[in-house]
Amino acid sequence: MTFRKILTQHIAEDDCHTLSFYQRNGGYSQAQKSLKEDQPDDLIELVKAANLRGRGGAGFPTGVKWSFVPKSSDKPKYLVVNADESEPGTFKDRVIMEKNPHLLLEGILICCKAVNIQTAYIYIRGEFVFATQRLQQAIDEAYEAGILGNDCLGSGLSIDVTVHRGAGAYICGEETGMLTSLEGDRGQPKLKPPFPAIEGVFGCPTVVNNVETLANLPYILEIGAEAYCAIGPEKSPGPKLFCVSGHVENPGTFELPMGIPLRKLIDEHAGGVWKGRKLKAVIPGGSSAHVLTADECDVAMDIESLTAAGTMLGSAGIIVMDDSTCMVDALVNLMRFYHHESCGQCTPCREGTGWLEKIVHRIAHGDGRMEDLDLVLDVCDRMVGKTICALADAAAFPAQSFVTKFQDDFVAAIQNGGSPAWKKRHPSAVGGTASHG
Amino acid sequence: MQWQFFPVFTSSPANWTGRIILANTISFCSETMKQYEWLLTRYPTRRAALLPTLRLAESDFGELGVPEMRYVADLMEIPPAFVFGVVTFYTHYRRAGTGKFHIQVCSTLSCALRGSEDVVSRITERLGIKPGETTPCGHFTLSKVECLGSCDTAPMLQCNDDYHEDLSLEDVDQLIEQLRAEAEGGQNG
Repeated sequence: MTFRKILTQHIAEDDCHTLSFYQRNGGYSQAQKSLKEDQPDDLIELVKAANLRGRGGAGFPTGVKWSFVPKSSDKPKYLVVNADESEPGTFKDRVIMEKNPHLLLEGILICCKAVNIQTAYIYIRGEFVFATQRLQQAIDEAYEAGILGNDCLGSGLSIDVTVHRGAGAYICGEETGMLTSLEGDRGQPKLKPPFPAIEGVFGCPTVVNNVETLANLPYILEIGAEAYCAIGPEKSPGPKLFCVSGHVENPGTFELPMGIPLRKLIDEHAGGVWKGRKLKAVIPGGSSAHVLTADECDVAMDIESLTAAGTMLGSAGIIVMDDSTCMVDALVNLMRFYHHESCGQCTPCREGTGWLEKIVHRIAHGDGRMEDLDLVLDVCDRMVGKTICALADAAAFPAQSFVTKFQDDFVAAIQNGGSPAWKKRHPSAVGGTASHG
Repeated sequence: MQWQFFPVFTSSPANWTGRIILANTISFCSETMKQYEWLLTRYPTRRAALLPTLRLAESDFGELGVPEMRYVADLMEIPPAFVFGVVTFYTHYRRAGTGKFHIQVCSTLSCALRGSEDVVSRITERLGIKPGETTPCGHFTLSKVECLGSCDTAPMLQCNDDYHEDLSLEDVDQLIEQLRAEAEGGQNG
């Protein structure tokens, strides 16, 4: 079977974001049928059978997540769509929201039917002003056309969708941080359990799904679980948006079957490493994933293969670095990011991210010591698994993998009085004299 | 209206020695008030409407300083300290003292690999301000910010609501000229 794009097939068309375009191309037909005819349990079983894995980063089976929501609860249930997209290297949900917002809305309707939900919120990151406008236009159109509201698509079901704009915080992409933020508070994560499926937003059962995950639902209904499972590897099938950025000729979002070889993705789809240079390193799943060396890049882009390779598919944000890259400088950049984004409630993360930034910074700026390399790993050990959410782990993974896999770069920076780029900017500086704040 | 006769200072430290205003001299215009009332219908709790209401305040008043935060706190019956805590937790609200054009250059890895530092240097050169500073005329604020989710079009920046992507240094020059003309034109008109 040849691969058919379902998320991005029409994005080159001018009016691809409009309701009329979407309906002309068969849009909402799956939701229409499903809302009237399907039983919620059958839908959950279908999504389980299709083995749809969450596209946000954790890869949790979507149908299983839905089945955790108690059926007997007398509390209202909520769907919160994770559109916070803030993992460095990731820019896929933005494409769906700007170019194909009705596909997301159709997915929302199907999820609401399956889990008996009447209220959905789309939590979108505050910086995405244009995507917010596009989504709002799509929602207004859908209300007008009777697709959302009191009698969705003539099914008698009532489903409301509200776009909720965040205000700039990486941590709000973490599901419990997002729910806290949606409640109007600072976006600090909460301990699990209780999991959101039991006690989520406003103390009620809540499904949290990523934009791309929901956008897969109409297609699963269209072709059935068996055909969907035939796309890519059995354990994590389906079409997938891969984001390639960094040192490539043609960065962008590419919709391809799950399991595509990483090298093929970089060389054929993203045009290869730029300026004819050689590949040095690749972060395969957003900046929180362990980095791969050029030699480790013969790997398939799916959840199992990347886990076996000691890293993760994560959000499929692929950051490519060429052989001119100093890995010390690259790590300083990432450590600054995690230090800045730590919400501050857990000590190992609040302090640990700061220490990591400080240590790597001093290596880059000519004040490093050889024992700093062990110190980085030691600090990481004291962070991983010791905090409420995974931000501490997300900061530690790149630190551990950069320092161990590219040790030569770090040793050179320590011995030579700083990273090459820093020395170029400060030619007269001698190691040990650099000031760092 | 519990702060009716209670003087408050504007929030920007530079202004702390300056003017004193009354908190109740500001309020939402009737159109914004309608939007606020609609917002309340979308959530089961009033507090959940806080983040979007702060956006309304930001667009209605132009910025979020202490008087604006106090107004929202009063309107929503939420303690002012809580509102202040929320506003300062997030990075994307337009805080008091921000220039007319807030230039936020994405500086995280994918943009850094493709030259975001050169973009920052060029803006610094053209405007005479470093990241974190505002021009004396109040037209421009420059910030280095974390990942804006547009890594495929690196280097890029956000100016107020708009993304400017795939930037060359010439694009940066052109953008600054255009914004400068707009700022000065706005001042004269």
